[in-house]
Amino acid sequence: MKAVAVAKKNEVVKRSFLEKLTMQWNKTKKAAKQMWVRDKWLYFLLIPGVLYFLVFRYAPMYGVVIAFKNYVPFLGIAESQWVGFEHFRQFFDSPDFLRLLGNTLWISFLGIAIAFPAPIFLAVLLNELRIATYKKLVQTCIYIPHFLSWTIVVGLTHLLFSINGGAIVDLVETIFGVRINFLADPEWFRPMIILQGIWKGTGWGTIIFLAALANVSPEQYEAAIVDGAGRFRRMWHVTLPAIRGTVVIMLILTMGSVLNTGFDQIFLMMNSLNRSVADVFDTYVYQVGITRGSYSYSTAVGLFKSVVGIILILTTDFIAKKIDKESGLF
Amino acid sequence: MSDLHKLHNTKPGRVFDVFNMFFLAFVAIITLLPFLYVLAGSFATESELARRAFFIFPETFTFEAYRYVFTSEAFVRSIFVTVGVTAVGTLVQLFFTFTMAYPMAKRQLRGRKLLINMVVFAMLFSGGMIPTFLVVQNLGLIDSYWALILPGAINPFNLIIIKNFFQNFSVELEESAKIDGASEVGIFLRIVLPLSKPILATFALFYAVGIWNDFMSPLLYLNDSSKWTLQLLLRQVTIASDPNALGNLDPDYVPPAEGMKLAIIVIATLPIMLVYPFLQKHFAKGLLIGSVKG
Repeated sequence: MKAVAVAKKNEVVKRSFLEKLTMQWNKTKKAAKQMWVRDKWLYFLLIPGVLYFLVFRYAPMYGVVIAFKNYVPFLGIAESQWVGFEHFRQFFDSPDFLRLLGNTLWISFLGIAIAFPAPIFLAVLLNELRIATYKKLVQTCIYIPHFLSWTIVVGLTHLLFSINGGAIVDLVETIFGVRINFLADPEWFRPMIILQGIWKGTGWGTIIFLAALANVSPEQYEAAIVDGAGRFRRMWHVTLPAIRGTVVIMLILTMGSVLNTGFDQIFLMMNSLNRSVADVFDTYVYQVGITRGSYSYSTAVGLFKSVVGIILILTTDFIAKKIDKESGLF
Repeated sequence: MSDLHKLHNTKPGRVFDVFNMFFLAFVAIITLLPFLYVLAGSFATESELARRAFFIFPETFTFEAYRYVFTSEAFVRSIFVTVGVTAVGTLVQLFFTFTMAYPMAKRQLRGRKLLINMVVFAMLFSGGMIPTFLVVQNLGLIDSYWALILPGAINPFNLIIIKNFFQNFSVELEESAKIDGASEVGIFLRIVLPLSKPILATFALFYAVGIWNDFMSPLLYLNDSSKWTLQLLLRQVTIASDPNALGNLDPDYVPPAEGMKLAIIVIATLPIMLVYPFLQKHFAKGLLIGSVKG
């Protein structure tokens, strides 16, 4: 009798354990099912975006391996032969490398020295305007070029700086007595690039500094007035310190992208006469890769540029964060 | 600025104010002058364009340049192509960006972190020009207009901004709708979509301007010159100065070589100018919400 009772009790314990397990399992299954029912249409919505990233962003990242291979289109990426760092070695040994690096750094640093301070200067002046509608009018005018394509900007440049009757060439001749071929003379290539950059980007560049200035409380100016500060001392002691942080951050971020000189502008301004000073990494990749079909070699050049670019961006972002916690990119 | 500010202006301060107003007017005029010249010149005769270096009013008005470019088959075709690609492309790119941003804004979504990392990594590192070109080529998209739309279908920065916008969406609003028995789809269609109209409009403008101005994709992916977009034709006419870029069947007719450059620049700029007031309304905001932190 007793043995039967024990066996029965064991049975109950066993069954209850099993029941508990299945119950738990069912619960998880139900939760998973509920989550699936709840979120399935969210996953459904993700399909086009994820496909996009896989095909147009991550497949090219896989394609980067051709920088280490001798890519033959007929064989495909996987079947092409590995060559290791051969293309990189070839690039670093060629005179092109130093020429491209030099041209890129020249344009970037001229940009930092000349085009970078321009919007700061302009923003401070705009901030001093008292008549709100006048300020708004000036802003409306100077933001426009930002939205135009480089094709239009370079097209306009070709009209105004054309050696055959370009208005500015004529003007320079009247004033200085020399007829300068701005578009062909290699000496003038860099100044022209910077000039175009200033015309196109300065107005737009003021936005971020004006935003910083909008946060300055009028009381700070009033306090400065009470302390007897004149107009210029207020600019020096209130306005400029208010944008100092933004200036430093923008400068650091600009330093982080010194290798990105922009393809469109340089490509459109480049011609057979100024090629020696004009060629930068992106235009070289286009020239060698697309025009001449050296896919592997040009991919290696592009990869070198992106890797250095990432290192620069991460470093400068790190520095920017050290200075101001809120200002990092990521 | 305050009245106090006004009262306590010194004499050099007032001189500065006058100088400042003139200087900024000068800057604004310098910015606009090229446009005024191009606009005036596009209505001027060839002889006037050759004779006068710079003017903002033509002596004799003529529509010859416009008449010529609009009879050019190559030009009219490029206009249709560019308008079509811009319209379809904007819709496609908006669709891709918004359908991805919405689920990514949902905190309960499993794998959300993975998706965000995928996007951020793509922002930092890209395969580059040649590997992307090879993908487009392998998909058979060379000389297809889809090559101008699909490779840039999602701008990761825009995606993150829109995701953040959805994330800031009132959770209570959605919860209460759910309690009232609305389904996820219902919430999306009846609450989220109407409230996202302004941000949809903003990014529609950004994408449209981006496609209209795009030079690199057509350069890379369109070999056939009969498929050229306006930007490529513009380069051929104004920068390469190719007098035959627009075609000329009549040997007795001398096309307005200078005037057509100006006219085509005016036409390429016009749509940007038309949407500019709307862009200006939105872009400052767009730039400020542009922090990429997720």
